[in-house]
Amino acid sequence: MQGPWQKELITTLLIGLAAVYLLPFAINTFTLSILLIYGLLGLSLGLIWGFGGILCFGQAAFFGLGAYTYAIAAVNIGESTLPMILSILVPALFAALLGAMMFYGRLADVYLGVITLVVTLILFKFINSTAGPEYVIGTARLGGFNGIPGFQTLNIPGRPDDYIWGDSFYYVCFGAVLGVYLLVTWLLRSSFGRIAIGIRENDQRMSLMGYDTRARKTVLFAIGAAIAGLAGGLYANWAEIVTPGLFSLGQSAEIIIWCIVGGLGTRLGPILGAAGLAYLKFLLGQQSVVDNTMITGLILVLFVLFLPKGIVPAVVNLWAASFGRRVKRGGRRAGRATRAATRNAARQEKAVSHG
Amino acid sequence: MDFTVVVIVEVLYAVASLVLISAGLAVVFGMMKVINLAHGEFMMLGGYATITAVNLGVNIFIAMLIVAPLIVGLIGLVVERLVIRHLYGRLVDTMLATWGLSLLFIGAATMIFGNTTTGISAPISGFAVGDYQINGYNFFIIIVSIVLILGMLFVLKATRLGLIARGTMQRSDMAAALGYSPDRIYMATFFAGSALSGLAGAVLAPLVGLVPTSGGAFIAKAFITVIAGGPSLIAGLLSSAGIFGVIGQVFSFSVSAVMGDVAMLIAAVILLRLLPQGVTARFFKGKL
Repeated sequence: MQGPWQKELITTLLIGLAAVYLLPFAINTFTLSILLIYGLLGLSLGLIWGFGGILCFGQAAFFGLGAYTYAIAAVNIGESTLPMILSILVPALFAALLGAMMFYGRLADVYLGVITLVVTLILFKFINSTAGPEYVIGTARLGGFNGIPGFQTLNIPGRPDDYIWGDSFYYVCFGAVLGVYLLVTWLLRSSFGRIAIGIRENDQRMSLMGYDTRARKTVLFAIGAAIAGLAGGLYANWAEIVTPGLFSLGQSAEIIIWCIVGGLGTRLGPILGAAGLAYLKFLLGQQSVVDNTMITGLILVLFVLFLPKGIVPAVVNLWAASFGRRVKRGGRRAGRATRAATRNAARQEKAVSHG
Repeated sequence: MDFTVVVIVEVLYAVASLVLISAGLAVVFGMMKVINLAHGEFMMLGGYATITAVNLGVNIFIAMLIVAPLIVGLIGLVVERLVIRHLYGRLVDTMLATWGLSLLFIGAATMIFGNTTTGISAPISGFAVGDYQINGYNFFIIIVSIVLILGMLFVLKATRLGLIARGTMQRSDMAAALGYSPDRIYMATFFAGSALSGLAGAVLAPLVGLVPTSGGAFIAKAFITVIAGGPSLIAGLLSSAGIFGVIGQVFSFSVSAVMGDVAMLIAAVILLRLLPQGVTARFFKGKL
């Protein structure tokens, strides 16, 4: 276990270091920062959906909660270290409670989708209606539809006047993505991660083997929310304003699209899907011939129909097929994808024979 | 006394409009176990179809009750043939694909109709009850919902078509063995479901200013009503619309309209936690 993990750690760090210096030549660091933040958000859902089998329709709730927690705490405290930590902890705690409520009630599939979607809507409606002066936390007014502007942005810990912005903020974002990516890699290699994948494949069998699947799913759900919360906190620093739009269904839909397009069951897929699609949206936003939403929708439909496993697994498969040299990692992934493909085919056959 | 009448009418109206906006989704989900997340956009398209038809000089009732359902039904037919057909039996994939469709329709409507609010005025004027003013159009919506439910009951219970549809719902393989093509039946069902969505959007159009994103306001309510209703089509629809409509209106009247919506959503979460398979999985078992 020790050998490949160290090798992967070093490879990831080297590729990361190369990317952190090369990327700014192509895209400016301000845009890159938000792409990285979206990548982090994509990874948060990619972890719980792709590896835990928990389809959350409300990942935006944790993203928004992280952003609002940061903004409210920053207004009250005037320094960014504690708010940043809170923006991770509060969504994680919220998700742990919500997850416990759902998983201990043995809710799954659609019902899980409905509840996460509904919770996002509740938050959206509530925050939207807090325009009045009576909605105050400490010295921070929630501001309803207008959101909260003008809070303390990220600073060097302990020195409130030394702001981290521009290029330095880009490095912070990159560090966060790289750190979380390695953390996720480590988590998936641990027994916790392998059991989580087992639960994704067959919940009942895992619980018959003696694992408490309810507790494990709750913990995984909370970890996903913590990552989304971190992305939210960083987003608040990037945008310098938080608005109820962060909780919207459109935002949740986008996160799901990123994961589908990038590739479920991979770590890199959701990050690349998020950054790629967000950049595409940014480019499309500069023209007005075709509506942006329409293209997003078309991409989702086409991917579900023709490439339901996403780009990264497809590329890995193609690589393995055309070069034949079965690298251990590539081979294992390809193996998983093939198995998934067979499973899909079987499922389709069943569907055909049914109807 | 007057206030009581107003509250009763408002509660009835809330339940009726929930039935109306959920009917299309319930038919498609109950029959085919397909969650159509583009349901809200079908309603939005129904609204636009009505407004366009009225602007072209069609009588408003004909536009609402005939033109809009037909147009949206046909759109649904195309969608079923192109997309949904390939995804039967894959619940999550259909949800994602139809979510994509919903974005697609929002984008298309924005390009065609522009990102502005359009609307038509309600064809029935209001009247006074004591000190209060009641919107006369609310009664129209209540009547449409009642007719709709009775119509669905009649079609499912008393016609050959309904018998075949119910048979396919229970055992599609057996229906196929008896010579009925489930493919055709699903196609017809999706057409009917889409037409119902179009009808709902059309009937509600005079009450709301229509924008391309209007559908989002309906989909969550329709979604929770259908899921909380459970396996029985009509009993589930009526029971969950009844529960949510009453809770929503009680909180709207006692606190505020926003809290009414929030209370309805919280009630949905609690209800699903207690009865994860929906109301009719526990009560009214085996009813239609």
